[in-house]
Amino acid sequence: MATEVDRKALEGIKDEYEYGWSTPEDYTFKARKGLDHDIIDQISDMKGEPDWMRQFRHKALNIFLSKPMPNWGPDLSGIDYDDIYFYIKPTDHTGESWDDVPENIKETFDRLGVPEAERKFLAGVGAQYESEMVYHSLREEWEKLGVVFVSIEDGLKHHEDLFREYFSTVIPPTDNKFAALNSAVWSGGSFIYVPPGVKLEIPLQAYFRINAESMGQFERTIIIIDEGASIHYIEGCTAPIYDKDSLHSGVIEIIVKKNARCRYSTIQNWSNNVYNLVTQRALAYEGATMEWVDSNLGSKVTMKYPAVFMLGEGAHAEILSLAFAGKGQHQDAGGKVVHAAPNTSSKIISKSISKNGGRSSYRGLLKVGKGAHGSKSQVVCDALLLDSESRSDTYPYIEVAEDDVEVGHEASVSKIGEEQLFYLMSRGISEEEATSMIVGGFIEPLVKELPMEYAVEMNRLIQLQMEGSVG
Amino acid sequence: MTDILEVTDLHVAVEGTEILKGVDLTLQQGEVHALMGPNGSGKSTMSYAIAGHPHYEVTSGDILWNGESILGLDADERAKLGIFLAFQYPVAIPGVSFANFLRAAVSSVRGYKERARAEAGGGNKVIGSELMPMREFRQELLAKMDRFDVDRTFARRYLNDGFSGGEKKRGEVLQMAMLEPKIAILDESDSGLDIDALRIVSEGINKLVADGMGALLITHYQRILNYVKPDKVSVFYQGRIVKTGGPEIAHMLDERGYAWVEEELAQALA
Repeated sequence: MATEVDRKALEGIKDEYEYGWSTPEDYTFKARKGLDHDIIDQISDMKGEPDWMRQFRHKALNIFLSKPMPNWGPDLSGIDYDDIYFYIKPTDHTGESWDDVPENIKETFDRLGVPEAERKFLAGVGAQYESEMVYHSLREEWEKLGVVFVSIEDGLKHHEDLFREYFSTVIPPTDNKFAALNSAVWSGGSFIYVPPGVKLEIPLQAYFRINAESMGQFERTIIIIDEGASIHYIEGCTAPIYDKDSLHSGVIEIIVKKNARCRYSTIQNWSNNVYNLVTQRALAYEGATMEWVDSNLGSKVTMKYPAVFMLGEGAHAEILSLAFAGKGQHQDAGGKVVHAAPNTSSKIISKSISKNGGRSSYRGLLKVGKGAHGSKSQVVCDALLLDSESRSDTYPYIEVAEDDVEVGHEASVSKIGEEQLFYLMSRGISEEEATSMIVGGFIEPLVKELPMEYAVEMNRLIQLQMEGSVG
Repeated sequence: MTDILEVTDLHVAVEGTEILKGVDLTLQQGEVHALMGPNGSGKSTMSYAIAGHPHYEVTSGDILWNGESILGLDADERAKLGIFLAFQYPVAIPGVSFANFLRAAVSSVRGYKERARAEAGGGNKVIGSELMPMREFRQELLAKMDRFDVDRTFARRYLNDGFSGGEKKRGEVLQMAMLEPKIAILDESDSGLDIDALRIVSEGINKLVADGMGALLITHYQRILNYVKPDKVSVFYQGRIVKTGGPEIAHMLDERGYAWVEEELAQALA
């Protein structure tokens, strides 16, 4: 239960929500298009980084350039590296005007009831959206507890030792081509440290301290939860976010220490021109719990497989994955769990919806390593196809190196039942609304894991995405 | 004004097979009409056809609402007129709570959506703003749950998901009470009920009839008619109504079985 202080703060948030503008920075810088070592130096100069970080970026760029494009998943041939700005200061986004924002995005804001003040930010023509008062009062409370919740840049500047101890230890640049790219050009993101035993009831929301940079293309986030501590971090928001940049590649590294707990929720709703290629991974130590709640609604192509490496006895991993693929979208989502210690347990639940020719895939890895005696894992994938032109695939990879383990995998593909539709329609509900109601019910097990206000918005969003999909 | 539903010489086919072979029937508000017949005689087919199930094809004849054909209307539009079908086998909708479902249905049937659309001047409104206000809805729902003897925990449960047979039937009565139809077709609302549940369901129907609802009570057995007193009883046999009369017909059927109808029919045809 939330404390009295929490509740007051939450009430305040609703009031502050509509007016939370702050003065934009007036400093602008935009690197030229394309990527080479000069660009890396420019980024590092701009950020005033220590030399070790500059060297790290250069090495990462070499790794990026040496790795081939992955060809085992969705089609990425539409990415043109020479036509991308790899670093833009946030204020440059304000160079665009509200008039340039596509009509359908504006209309979507209307339907979702997005407050005026937020719209410009979400449409990519406002530099910052900070709910100043509330965020600051929460921040003071957190600071008293010793919690660090700052931008990744401030993390490096003000907590360099802690930063350096963990940065890139969970996901090294060699992990995959896009992790290498992010390592070379990262910008924006959060740096979080929670001291031993500190349990935060209110979710930490990136949304409160977000600016165009941290919503941006190459976000880098590090979260360290010390022993016995617990947090819920929320990234993104349900409203669609318009961005004309076509490539997004984030890296999220999380360390959950002994008996600590972390839940990381993502609501990804990028506009449909974006390639969203994210690497996110957590290390869970003895008795720790890591939960990823991952919803992918937007983007053109998403490749994202949140991972948990269970390194200590009794660690627990949970991955809830939701993918909604509409026209022209390919959501390649899923999860990876690696059992590397005895008596660890994991659960992956994936729900995908495809409509109007959209394609969603579940891609998952379940690995039980040598010595992970007594481990248990359960994987459940349910796909819902709304029409015959849409597609759903499942790619489950299972590797088990021990005998005394319990591993279960279930998968189902279904269509909306005619009897369900008729039943709802016989109660006066239109076919369109009945369909979105059934879809809403399908994803309910996942949505109910989100905080109330997000759950409400999520249901609206699903309804909106369903509109026009009937007949 | 009293609303009237008329079925005239109705022929209905399912996947090319004719099931209804010329049904004539009139139902009006405040009236209870029991329709009895053996399994497979086409009773459920008729209820689906009236409610507007797309698989049930009307090959000839008509269904009229106050004299106007409703054959061109979808199921949701028929519900908005005031027609309700209590299902023999209510369908489960996992993940959708009874309360949320019912709020959407009530908002639609009572015209909240149309009004919201009209107020927006044809433009788009924020999703969810076209629903019956939450507080009002909740008050009415709780009051009706109490009046119709439905446990308040129903509101949060997923619609018919994991409900027992009896719970489903009680849920149908609650939906009916909230949607306030002019005419309800109750398709074997008594089947699978123990005596207590039968009493609760019957009392619910009686209350709604007292409020002015007309009911077509489709049943296999005379049992429910001990609780809900019909004004008329019709016997359904091989796709048509073969006999209509007062409550005495139900007693005859109970004593002599459907064989009696067969005999009469055979004699009439001879």
